[in-house]
Parts: sequence; C-alpha cells; structure tokens
Amino acid sequence: MTTGMAVRSAESDLLRDPVRGGSQHRKGRRERVREGVAGWLFLTPNLVLLGLFVIVPLVWAVFISFQETDGFGAGLFVGTANYQRLVSDPLFWRSAVNTLLFTAIVTPLSMAIGLGAAVLFNSVLPARGVFRSILILPMAISGVATALIGVLVFDENNGILDNILRFVGLPAVNWQSGGFAAFASIVLVTLWWRVGFNMLIYLAGLQGIGPQLYEAAKLDGAGIWGRFRNVTVPLLGPSSFFLLILNVIYSFQVFDIVYVMTGGGPQNATSVLVTYAYDTGFVTRDQGYAAAIGVVLLLVTFVFTAVQWRTNRNRDLVE
Amino acid sequence: MTASVFLPRVRTLQSDSTQESSILQPKQAHRRRFRVGLVARVAGAIAMSAVVLFPLYWMLVVAFSSRSELLGGTLRLWPRALTLENFERVLAGFPIATWFGNSVAISATVAVLTVLVNLLGGYALSQLRFRGSELVFLIALTTLMIPVQVIMVPLFRLVTNLGLYGSYWAVILPTAASAFGLFLARQFILSIPRDLIEAARVDGASHLRVFTAIVLPLSKPLIAVLFFMALLQSWNDFAWPLIALKENDLFTLPIGLLYLQGQFGSDFGATMAFALINVVPMIVLFLIFQRYFVQGFTRSGIK
Repeated sequence: MTTGMAVRSAESDLLRDPVRGGSQHRKGRRERVREGVAGWLFLTPNLVLLGLFVIVPLVWAVFISFQETDGFGAGLFVGTANYQRLVSDPLFWRSAVNTLLFTAIVTPLSMAIGLGAAVLFNSVLPARGVFRSILILPMAISGVATALIGVLVFDENNGILDNILRFVGLPAVNWQSGGFAAFASIVLVTLWWRVGFNMLIYLAGLQGIGPQLYEAAKLDGAGIWGRFRNVTVPLLGPSSFFLLILNVIYSFQVFDIVYVMTGGGPQNATSVLVTYAYDTGFVTRDQGYAAAIGVVLLLVTFVFTAVQWRTNRNRDLVE
Repeated sequence: MTASVFLPRVRTLQSDSTQESSILQPKQAHRRRFRVGLVARVAGAIAMSAVVLFPLYWMLVVAFSSRSELLGGTLRLWPRALTLENFERVLAGFPIATWFGNSVAISATVAVLTVLVNLLGGYALSQLRFRGSELVFLIALTTLMIPVQVIMVPLFRLVTNLGLYGSYWAVILPTAASAFGLFLARQFILSIPRDLIEAARVDGASHLRVFTAIVLPLSKPLIAVLFFMALLQSWNDFAWPLIALKENDLFTLPIGLLYLQGQFGSDFGATMAFALINVVPMIVLFLIFQRYFVQGFTRSGIK
C-alpha cells in the first residue's frame, strides 16, 4: 500500500525547497502565520480521521499487548507475558515462517511475471490494449470473490483444475488436504490477482526508457537478451524498488485469500500472522495476545522497509 | 484505453530495428524472423490472457449451470444449457438487495469523504508552506504500512465507545482514514504552478478562495481518480467490515458472500451467482473508467 514513488518525489521536493523558500523571505511575517493557520485548518479533517482511527488505536494496541483481556471489562496487566508466550508458541512460529515463505515466493514471482508481461505488452502486438486490460482485470475483483473462484477451481473433489489434470493424464492434486498443495494454491491465486498490478507499474517504468539506448546497445552487438539484461532491467530499477517494497508489505498482510480459501488449514499449513492475529483476537478472544502478534508483525514490516530504504539509498550514493 | 496511455514510443523502436538490420542481412530472412517473433509474442499474449480469463469464464459457466448438472459432474467446458436457477435461489434465500444497497451506500460515502478530505489535505501539503507539514506527510506515509489486523482490537473498542457500532459509520470512518488519497492528492496538486496561487494571494484572495477558485477546477482528473480508487477499495474491502459488521442487514456484499458460502457450503452454483453480483459492477466501472484506475494505481500503488 505504501508508495516508494511518492516518497521519492517527496525527497525531490525537499531538494527543491531552497528555491521555493526564496519567495518566502519576501513574504511578510503575517502572511506566513496566515499560511500556517490555513495549512493546519485544511489538514484538520485528515488529521482527525488518521489520528482517531489509526494513531490512537495503534498506541492503544501497544498498550493492550501488555494486558490479558477478552475484550469485555477491564484488562489485567501482565507485563511482557504475551511477548514471552510468543517465543514458545509453535503456531506463532509456524505462521511467521509461512508469512515469510509466502513473501519470499510471491514477491519475486509476481515481479518476474509482471516484468515479462510488461515487456511483452510493450512490444508490437495486435490488440495490445485489449491484452493489457485483460491482465489488469483481476485488480477490480474483491479478495473474497477471488478466493471463492480459487475454491471453485482448486476443489479437490470435483474442481475443474483436477479434472483437467486427470483428463490430460496427470495425477490430481489434493489442494485442500495436502499442506504443501494448499500453500501452493494460495500462492497461485495470489499471483493471478497481483500480476496485473506489477505489470502496470513496469509498463509505466518502460515508458521512461528512451529508444536510443536500445539502439546504442544494439550497435554494441547486444542481442535481445543482452538488451533486456543490460538496458531494460537496470533502468527499471526504481520501478523494481517500488514494487519490492509494495509486494513485501502486501504479502505480510495477506488476509482475504487465506482466510476465505483455507482458513489457515489444513493443520495450520497456510496460517499466516494476520489470520492468526484475527483468530486470536476475535475467535478465541485472547485480545492481549492478538495485539502482541500484531505489534511484532508491524515491527518486522517497519524494519524490513527501513532496511530496503537504507540499502537503496546507499546504492544510489555509491553510484 | 490503457493503450493510449502507453502507446507512443515502441513503434519507433521496431521500425528502427527493421531499417538497421536491413543493412546487415537479407531482408527476407529478417522479415521471416520478425514474423516468427510476432507469432511467438501473440501466442504468449493469448496464453497469459487465457490463464487470467479462464477462472472468470468458469465462474460464469458455474453460475449459469443447473444444480443437477453441477452435482452430477456432467458439466462441460462449453455448457449445453444455461439457467437462472442459481440466481433465483440466492435471491430468495438472502437479502441481496439490502446488502447491495449497503455496499453502495458505504463505498459511495467513503469515496465522497476521501475526495473531500484529501483534496483539502493535499492542497495544504503541496502548496502551503508551514512548519511540521513534512513531518505530517511522513507520518501519514508510515501509517500505510499498518495492517488493520494490528489495530483491529482497539479500533473495535473505539468504534463501540463512540457509539458507531451497528451503523454504517463503523465501517465508513475507519475506511476513509487512509493516507493513500492524501498522497495522490499531494502529488497531483504539486503540479499546479505555485505562481498561479501566489498571484491570487497577492490579489487578496483568501486561502479558501484560492482553493475553491483555482485548485478545485484544476483538479477534476484527481477527483475522478480519488473517487474511483476509494470506491473500488471500499466495495471490495473485507477484513475490517468482517469485524465491524455483525448484524445481517448491515452486511456488505463481500461479507454477505462469505456468509452465504458458510450457509450453502459447496453449492458452487449459488456461490458463483452471488460472486458475480459482487464482481460485475466493479468490472464494468473498471473497464469504463480504466484510465482513472490505472492512474490511481500507478501513482499511488494502492491495491
């Protein structure tokens, strides 16, 4: 959900600031005060919404994570007991590993397929616009509907996919009862849902590569693959960075597909941190513990994004 | 429609390659290779589209096939007869009209709120200079990383304490509290020349007047992008409505869909018929207003 792009342009605005600031010196003090008052007033509706429905609950969540509570009546302070419990909770670790595994599989795959599709649909092709529209169509479909289509297609008793597999002489796959197969089905449905978005970002990135670069590479004797590797991929760096961060954040939060398709089963083979937090908070109503799971998830997300950010910046500085 | 956004450049690349290699090798061989390449690309494009479209096609087939055919396992890839009985069963068993209305009311309100709030905030963050604006923007950015599952427990209590639980507002307000629109608005309004605004200020226009007379009229594409993005997101939203909506007659379509699946189990005909009712309005809007959705996605990266 976050956007590297926006942040990057925010950075360039900061760089531009001195120029803009010049006009501010000419402005009177009263005008500046008035501008400040106007700024805060214009921001107020946004600040109220974000403050009340995001920041307050976030601080509150940290607070609750030190309590034992079922959500009815006052909670009991238990210090760091919830966090200590996490360390020795096998289901927590299972969910954490699944989340990381899901992220490690879905992120590179959706980026690679998205890139392939973008290059393909950026080349000379009849009805190119139609193909592009088809690829991004799943973005309009709700997660629940997507997951239910997944249930329909991957049904191991009478699903169309297993029927097709049997028809062509391949063994049917136990998409629901097999842990590994269930995990794979979630990955496949997610890819179906997400590749279009990755393609869209890469298509936008491809528009920024001038044709003269390809010509130069060609004159230097680079073939199709060489041009892809040495021109397309490096010049799409910003798009890739943006997608990397977005895909990771998205994958850490994957909920709709898992919740509807498998509910975390079979035997927790597809349980991820957000579904575990949801079940803990609103099914077993161990809300202090659920808050602790959420806080850990958020910390991991922050750390990962910060690391990506830092390493990317350093790379820019080095170059 | 998307094509028009991306189209211009690549043509030249191809024609250049034709010219250039005609010097290096016989024209015919090149043309044949070019044709082989084109055939391969078309095949790849068709294969990819088929993978995307087939599940949707299958949803249609199942939704319009009779129960006996679905249960008997005699269903074919190309069905012999189509029927509306699944839709009749779903409409008779569930308050679909109410749920549809709830979805419309909630997502339209979220969209309107998103447009209003973020146009104002985006203007402040992009055109007004004041202490703390960068910090506000940075914090707003950071909130996008917070999954609702992290804050759901206190958010539920908050919504209950505010007396919103049991009304549309329990869903609308937390959904509208998303920073994604703030960025889209900020990025867009940055492109309005500051001189224009300063000139109006020098002429004595108040900041509110500048906003309504200059910023608003220039922001029509932004309003469309914000509106459709928020509408789509809210229409499809699942995790928070699942927590905030406990009463049957307040359900939105995705929640109702899950509820129906819980009741009807593996009655795939009914499930797919309902899924279609959930999906079709957004697909239609998406195809008609694709330009705005695409802009929203590429500029903000929201999904």
